[in-house]
Order: sequence, then C-alpha cells, then structure tokens
Amino acid sequence: MSDCCHGTDNWEELERGYRAMLPADVLAFIDANRAKEHSESMLIATLHMVQGHFGHLGPGHLEAVAQLMQVPLAKVTGVATFYHYFRLQPRGRYLINVCLGTACYVKGAEKVAQKLTEELGIHFGETSKDGIFSLESTRCVGTCGLAPVVMIGDEVHGPLSPSQIPTLLEGYLARAAEDMMANSASEPK
Amino acid sequence: MSLSAPDFYRSLADRAAATLADRDLDRKILIQVGSATCEHAAGSQAVAEEFARHLRASGRNDIVIHRTGCTGRCSREPIVGIQVPGQIPVKYERVNRDLVHRIFTEHIQSQTPVLKHILDHTGEALPEREFMFCEGSRCKGPGAGLRERFQALLETRGIAPQKVRAAAASCFGACGLSEGAPAAFVLARPEKVLYQVATEEDLVALIEGHVLEGRVVERLKAKQEPIALEFLERYGDVAFFNRQSRIALRNAGVVDPESLEEYVAYDGFKALAEVLTRQDPDWVISELTKARLRGRGGGGFTTGAKWAMARKQADATRYIICNGDEGDPGAFMDRSMLESDPFNIVEGMIIGGHSIGAQKGFFYIRAEYPLAIKRIQMAIDICKQNGLLGADIMGSGFDFDLEIRLGAGAFVCGEETALIRSIEGERGQPKVRPPYPTDRGLWGHPTVINNVETFANISAILRFSGGWYARIGTEKSGGTKVFALAGKVKHTGLVEVPLGTTLSRVVNEIGGGVSGGKALKAIQTGGPAGGFIPASMQDMEVDFEPLQKAGSIMGSGGMIVLSEDDCMVDIAKFYMAFSQEESCGKCTPCREGTTRILEILERITQGEGVPEDMDKLHRLSRLCQRTSLCGLGRAAPNPVLSSLKHFRDEFEAHIHDKHCPAKKCVALIRYEINAEKCIGCTICARNCPVECISGARKEAHVINQDACIKCGNCFDVCKFTAIDRV
Ligand SMILES: Cc1cc2nc3c(=O)[nH]c(=O)nc-3n(C[C@H](O)[C@H](O)[C@H](O)COP(=O)(O)O)c2cc1C
Ligand code: FES
Repeated sequence: MSDCCHGTDNWEELERGYRAMLPADVLAFIDANRAKEHSESMLIATLHMVQGHFGHLGPGHLEAVAQLMQVPLAKVTGVATFYHYFRLQPRGRYLINVCLGTACYVKGAEKVAQKLTEELGIHFGETSKDGIFSLESTRCVGTCGLAPVVMIGDEVHGPLSPSQIPTLLEGYLARAAEDMMANSASEPK
Repeated sequence: MSLSAPDFYRSLADRAAATLADRDLDRKILIQVGSATCEHAAGSQAVAEEFARHLRASGRNDIVIHRTGCTGRCSREPIVGIQVPGQIPVKYERVNRDLVHRIFTEHIQSQTPVLKHILDHTGEALPEREFMFCEGSRCKGPGAGLRERFQALLETRGIAPQKVRAAAASCFGACGLSEGAPAAFVLARPEKVLYQVATEEDLVALIEGHVLEGRVVERLKAKQEPIALEFLERYGDVAFFNRQSRIALRNAGVVDPESLEEYVAYDGFKALAEVLTRQDPDWVISELTKARLRGRGGGGFTTGAKWAMARKQADATRYIICNGDEGDPGAFMDRSMLESDPFNIVEGMIIGGHSIGAQKGFFYIRAEYPLAIKRIQMAIDICKQNGLLGADIMGSGFDFDLEIRLGAGAFVCGEETALIRSIEGERGQPKVRPPYPTDRGLWGHPTVINNVETFANISAILRFSGGWYARIGTEKSGGTKVFALAGKVKHTGLVEVPLGTTLSRVVNEIGGGVSGGKALKAIQTGGPAGGFIPASMQDMEVDFEPLQKAGSIMGSGGMIVLSEDDCMVDIAKFYMAFSQEESCGKCTPCREGTTRILEILERITQGEGVPEDMDKLHRLSRLCQRTSLCGLGRAAPNPVLSSLKHFRDEFEAHIHDKHCPAKKCVALIRYEINAEKCIGCTICARNCPVECISGARKEAHVINQDACIKCGNCFDVCKFTAIDRV
C-alpha cells in the first residue's frame, strides 16, 4: 500500500494521489482507453508502460493502476505475477538477461551464466551492490543463430564465451560511469 | 469519388514505381546492409555508419546504402551485399569496420572484389555471368543432365569459367507456372532473365544469343516469373540459399522492411487488390484449400477449413489474430518474418479479415521482440495513412483495423485459448475446447487465430494459385516450411524448404552438417512439445504426419541439431524443466505431472536413478499426455517419451552404470590429469576456482577429487590435452 492515499475516502483526493504516482504518458494512455470498448483488456499494455518507465512494478504502481483503471487490485496483482516479464522488484541500471533457451543451452549457456555470477558476485534475480547490474535469465530472445547469447538492456551479444564476459561488463561499467559524470556535470551545484 | 480496388491498386503501384524511379536504384551501386535483431547484435549498425562515413568522404552520389531485413544466415552476420549495375551481386560475410574500408576502396572504388571475405567463398574469381539451373526434384525430368551438357558446350567453345559459370539450384518455386512441354528453368544473372530450356538446341541458342551476342533469347523466355526471382538474383550463388525454396521468406533480405514502396514494387498488396475486386471470400477459401495450406504454428490444421468455419457463424462480430508469441525456445522464424517483411504479414491479415468477415484484427507479439513490434507498428501506421487499413480499404467499402497486443513472457500464451485471455487482459490460462475459438473466441465472438508464417503465405498463394502452392509440397501438405536451424550445426539460420524435403538435406546439405566434425546424434523438432529424431532416421521427409509417427511433431519450426557431445537425458530434463516452469498451474496433471517427471530426471542425472524410474517415467508421461487440459501438458512429456524410445541405452547407462556416455552430467563425471602429458605449466591450478589442483612447476599436477566441483575450467584451459574427462 502506498502512503500517499490513506486517511481519506474522498475519491477526488485519492485520485489526485494515485495520478501523482504515474508518469504523464501512462495517465494519458489510461484516460484515452477509458471510453473505449473492452478498456480492461489494456491492463497488460498499461503494466508494460509502467514497467518501461520505472524498470519494475512496485506495490504503489499496481494500486494506482488498479484504481485508475477501475480494475480490482487482486486482478492487477494476479496478472503482474502471472507473466514472467513483469518484475516486482527494482533492478539495476543494466538488466543482464542470460538466454537459457535450447539453442543457447546446447552451446554452453550454463558456463556463460556461471562466469557472470562469478564476475558480478550475485545470483540470478539479484542486483549488484552498486546498483548497476541485475542478473536474470530468459528463454530465447530469438537470436538462436548466434547462441549462446546474453541480452544487456536492449542489446544482444553473441556468440559469447565465458572469457569474453569481463570485457563485456567493463564496457557497460564505463558507460555507466560516463553517464554519471555527464549527469553530475549538468546538475547545478 | 472513391476509386475502385483495381484503380486504387494501380495508383498505389504507380506511386511506388515513381518513388523508386526517383531513387534511380537501377543505375546506382547498392550497398546492402541487413537490419534485424541478429544483424544488430553482430554489429550491422556500426557497419552501416562506417559505410555512410566513407560515402560522405568520397563525395560520390552514385552509391546508395540500402537497408534490408534478415536473410537468415545468422552465423555469418553481418552480411553486406554490393550490387554494381551489370555485375553479379557480391555478398561479404562477418563484415567489420576494417573490412568496410577494404570493400569501399577495393571493390567499390577500384572494382576488385575482396575475394577472401566473400560469403562462403570458394576462392574462385567471380564470373561475369552465371546460369543457374533449377534442379529441384520436380524439374528432374527435363532438368537432368542439362547443366552438364551446357558446361560441355561452354568448354568446346572455349568460354572460360571466369566468363560464364553454370550452377545448380534447388526448386525455384516456378514449377506449375510452365505451360506446354516440360522444360527446366534457368536463371541468367546478372540480367535476371528466366529461361525455360529442354533441348540441346535450346542450350546452344542460349550460348550463341545470350552469351556471345549479349541479347535476350525471347523464344526461350519464361512466360511468368517465379516468386522469389529477386531473392535468387541477389543470393542465388550461395549454396545455403539456392538450395532453399523461398516463398514466405521471399522478401527477407531483399526489401527495406520499412518501405511500403519497395514492398509494392515486388507485387505487394496485389493479392489484396484481387481479393477486394472479386469480393468473393469463397474464392479465397477454396484457393487456400486447394493449396493444402496447413497452419504453421504447430497443429497443422487446414487454414481454408478454419476460415470457412468462422465465416459461417451467425455472429457478425468476428476477430482475426496473428499468433506472434513464438514460445519455442530455439525458434526465431516468426521474429525474422515480422522484422524483415512486415507488410506481407499485414496483407495476409487483411485478406483473412475480409474472408472471415472480421472488423478487427490483433497481432499478439512477445515483448521480448522489440524490433518486431516496432516494425509491425510502423507497417500498420503506414497502411492506415495509405488507405490500406481503416475505413473503406482500397475504396472497396471494407473496414478493418489492426492493433498490436504484447505478450509478457508466458509460453502457455502461445496456446490459442490462453492467448485470447491474455488479449482480454487476463492471466493467460487456457480453457477447455470446444467451444473452439472459431465458434466462441475473443470476447465470446468467432475468432480465427493463425501463426505468423501461415499469414506470410497467403498473398503468395492468391497470386500464384492454390494449385501451384500444393504442387510444391507433399500429398497432404502444400508449400514450404521455414525452419530455424540452430544448435550444433555449421550454418545456423533460417531455412525454407518444400514440405517433404528430407531432414538430412536440411541439416547436412543446407546446414553444412554438425559443427566441429562431430557425429550427429539427433535432430530435435517441435521444441518442448516435440521430440528427437535419431540420426539413423535422418532420411525421413519433413511433414506433419511422418514426424508425429516418429514421436516428434513439426511444431512451429525450431530445429535443434544435437551431436555426440549432447546427453539425451540431460536435454530431456532441460525441456521438462522448461515445461514445468511454464505450466500455468490450472490443471493438476500438468502441474504435478511435470514436477514429478522432472524430479525423476534430476535424480537420474545425479546418478541416483533406480531401475523402476524408466517405467515410472513412462507411466507418468502417458498420464500427463492423456489428462491435461491444454496442449502444453499434453505435449510436455513428448521429449521424455521420444528420448526413452530412441535413446533407452543412455537412460540405462545413467541408471545402471552411473555413467553419462556423452560426459555431460556433472555428477557422473570426473576430471583427471594425465601425468604423462602434463608438463606442469600451472595454468590449470591458476584457473581452478576452488584451488583443488596441486603440483610444483614443471611437474605433473593432481586434482583433489574430494574438493573438485567439476566446473571443467581446467579441461578448457589446458593447452596440452593433459586433462581427461572420464
Ligand atoms: C503450449 C502451446 C504453445 C503454443 N505456442 C504457439 C506459438 O508460439 N505460436 C503459434 O503460432 N502457435 C502456438 N501454438 C499453437 C496455437 O494454439 C494455434 O494452434 C496456432 O496459433 C494456430 O495457427 P495456425 O493454424 O496458423 O498454425 C501453441 C500451442 C500450445 C498448446
Ligand atoms: S535459445 Fe538463446 S536466443 Fe534462442
């Protein structure tokens, strides 16, 4: 439950609180769908947008979506937990998805996965302490011809051998450092 | 005043032709760079940028960079094609920045192709001209021996192979187009002329007219062009491609997937125009039925019959859905088609919508395919802007709209009733059938669901006729099937072959056989719902029924090649783990059955199997097959049953001898250092994560078996093959 919306049962006040929790494009999407036929069928699309924005679906997000779409919270939670693509925990800046599909499996994906857990010092489902990498596995990203593959963010890498992992991670670390430098430079002191 | 469909199409085609004429591509040098997920992963975007940089620096305006989709040659990406007017197109493999520089300076600016980097290069210089002889099985009669005779004629006239080359190709898909006496098709490149020849006299005429005088021999010209002419022209010299028969993939790697004009230039939307002109859905359905087109999503249900069922419903609100969930881990043909030729799938959907009387259609695409989603959305938007979607399509009075809905990573959502629930915004749990979706589907209305590849074939069938399509396949199933070839095979990629082609041809002739010179053990088809075809049965023809008889299924087209290094118990366990994880939990046989089967398989691979396990596996599997609610549970035991059937000895070795013949199951293997081979370089000790290897420098090392975690690092790093896996 979110903290913002307790202590009142005035819908307008509640609605204002819920709206404040979601970004403008999601709100516009929900509003645009409300009048349409079968508007409740847009639940999954809405959750995709929320996750696209926040990187995960927090309890507050689910409640806000439920209230604003006028769908029971139990259903929203049910959907969010049914589909593997939805993540209920925050994740790092870069999500590393190791493909454990068939083609990757027979080409040695397990060794790549093992090297990744060693290098990052985390297990599947965890995020590195510095908040840069989260490690997860997926079943086929559809580039089986390049197996074994690892998807980092939106980028697919393959074929990979365990020995290439350190260099690959360094590239992303450097990118993250650059981004942070750029951000801190642009922020007024 | 609105135009009629034929006028609308003519004006669309004229506009497309004018746009392309403005670009004047025929007289320019084309640099063709693939742009789909695999290409991007291999670095094609950087390659395109590098070409653009060279292009700017050169200041030349007679060179164009052309974006295309995916040719389906994954293991050699990024592939770059160079087309110089009047010359045979050249493809380069594994292009990187350095090679871009060489291609640009040597090939484009100095007319000397970089032979060493040509795709599948044979080391030969490129000929000026090439004649490709169709030697598909259907042309066998007239085609037999023609190429050899042509070769002999060239030699007697002293025409060198650098001038003219004669090459063999598989079925052009042109059979059935020929009229009159049987004659074989021959494609002349780079002129892109298709001839039909039957006699020695014809061959002589080709040499004297086409080769020596440089003119088209009108008498021998084919009356109609085959569907994949452009594809053959660009890729025909590569064995991987010319042994295929491309219908569904005809535009992949040819057109810019984001250009309506290019799609139209290759006869796109011609079939739709015909459909909207005739206004006769029964004609469409009868052509599909004649074509013997069967659903490419796995079940193989006749598409014509499915459409007819939805059409005869009383309820006038109807839907059509394209199943782009592609859940089989190891399959990627649907992704490639959505990314490389999106307008073709959209056209198939509109035709389907019109034929069953639907007002609305949905693409259900998995969220893991961001580029496919983007390209389909773009195609939908462009079609709306051009009167091909929305109200009054092509001025015919037909209103139809398309929308994309995203999957969210649940394998079971590929099953049609679960998919419908997912579009409705629910948890994707399947329902009992009947009622079938054609009776009561999305929101309770009649709904047709077809696979991406099924839709990819529709426009081709209507353009070339159902009879033509049927002749390409087998007695029971017409046309071609696209396979996603992956695993331990030399050339991974997409392969489209006529149904009835042998597995061996796909894997060995087109795929180049098992990689690393290993022996073939089995071919897996159908993914988690399929089974294994042992190497001894590789001469089997691929079609729905033979595969099923062998204990597997056609599935959606994933084909994983397994070598002697793969343990069948381990792979069966892999698939069962997948199905167990993906079971939606609604029905007990599937939820509990898959869990128990997995437990037993785990026990066996841990070396703790007992003799009763095989019988237990068999009984549990049969139970799960017979009593599960949906196709997931009913098919989940297939990999186990088929491995038990064909590889019983491997199960026995694990259970009775505690031995893994493929040396894959970690609990059943051990690493040992061969003291005679070990020179004491210490590299193994340095790479051991648990420091269980000891020994002095320049002396043989030993592994402490009690501490060893069997990670295999030592085995991988040893340069003297001094470590044995036993
Ligand atoms: C567990 C399960 C998963 C499936 N996954 C897919 C899929 O990913 N893509 C697909 O087209 N069909 C899939 N199917 C088959 C569909 O239920 C349906 O038969 C198919 O989409 C119909 O299209 P077609 O007649 O063109 O083959 C699946 C079926 C089951 C039981
Ligand atoms: S199995 Fe890994 S990308 Fe398909």
